[in-house]
Amino acid sequence: MRSGVVIFPGSNCDRDMIVAIRKITGKTPIKIWHKEYDIPNLDLIVIPGGFTFGDYLRCGALAARSPVITSIKNHISRGGAVLGVCNGFQILIEAKILPGSLIRNKKLLFTCRETTLEVQSCIENPFLSGLKIGECLKIPVAHNEGNYFAPEDLLKQLKEEGRIALKYIKQNDNEKNYNPNGSTEDIAGILSNNGKVLGMMPHPERAINNLQGGTDGLKFLTNCVEQIIG
Amino acid sequence: MKVIVNVSLKEGVLDPEGQAIKSSLNNLGFEHCSDVRTGKQIILNLDQNSETEVLKQAKKMCEELLVNTVIENYEINILKD
Repeated sequence: MRSGVVIFPGSNCDRDMIVAIRKITGKTPIKIWHKEYDIPNLDLIVIPGGFTFGDYLRCGALAARSPVITSIKNHISRGGAVLGVCNGFQILIEAKILPGSLIRNKKLLFTCRETTLEVQSCIENPFLSGLKIGECLKIPVAHNEGNYFAPEDLLKQLKEEGRIALKYIKQNDNEKNYNPNGSTEDIAGILSNNGKVLGMMPHPERAINNLQGGTDGLKFLTNCVEQIIG
Repeated sequence: MKVIVNVSLKEGVLDPEGQAIKSSLNNLGFEHCSDVRTGKQIILNLDQNSETEVLKQAKKMCEELLVNTVIENYEINILKD
């Protein structure tokens, strides 16, 4: 699989993502600097987490206006897959590649901890298709602006089109803070209308080794790679 | 010409920062403060003399970068000396 990881000033999960993908595919993804207009044909582009451009103006706002975004849009129009994690999700939203908005966490706290995600029934996509609907994954989050917000008509559209990919879920009835940011309907990740772009707040690259507390992120990424290779 | 852009959150969009400020104001004894909404102000210096052109440019900047129109409203004012 040919993959690439985009790097902006302030990206900080790029290396972890490269390590994770290399662990699965045995091949090192190419690094794509944000000023690049021409990127080679790839199967998967990952926009990693971080604090691009210091989160100035709005998280992801300045990164979303970088030259590389045009290349990413071309990659998508060729049918290529894009995964945006955390700040990568915020960038995809700011670039209007994914709809809605990610606002401040409801409790105004930067939240860094493990969450439980539930795979939703959604349109065909190369990220979740090999996993079971309702399957739970333990993957950590680390963000301050991960509260997904969509106006009612957009939310209705996302549901009808099966574009809500991942939700935070309770592990037991008494669990109150299972949703780390107060997102609408516990949304943790959404898909583009063709299913080829997934934006998610949790960090799968931070759960690829038991030393990190779990390997569900590895399971998730391995599935992505298998689905993309076909 | 100086232009002031005021960006505010749309009605219905949760403003946790505003909520926290409101609760703090209430604790300080300002019980009548029933709601707080926060926003930001961006001051632009444009090398243009025509007010119409300045407003047009500022509006374009808002739509393309300064404002997230999904959750925010904006207001543009020219700053008179």
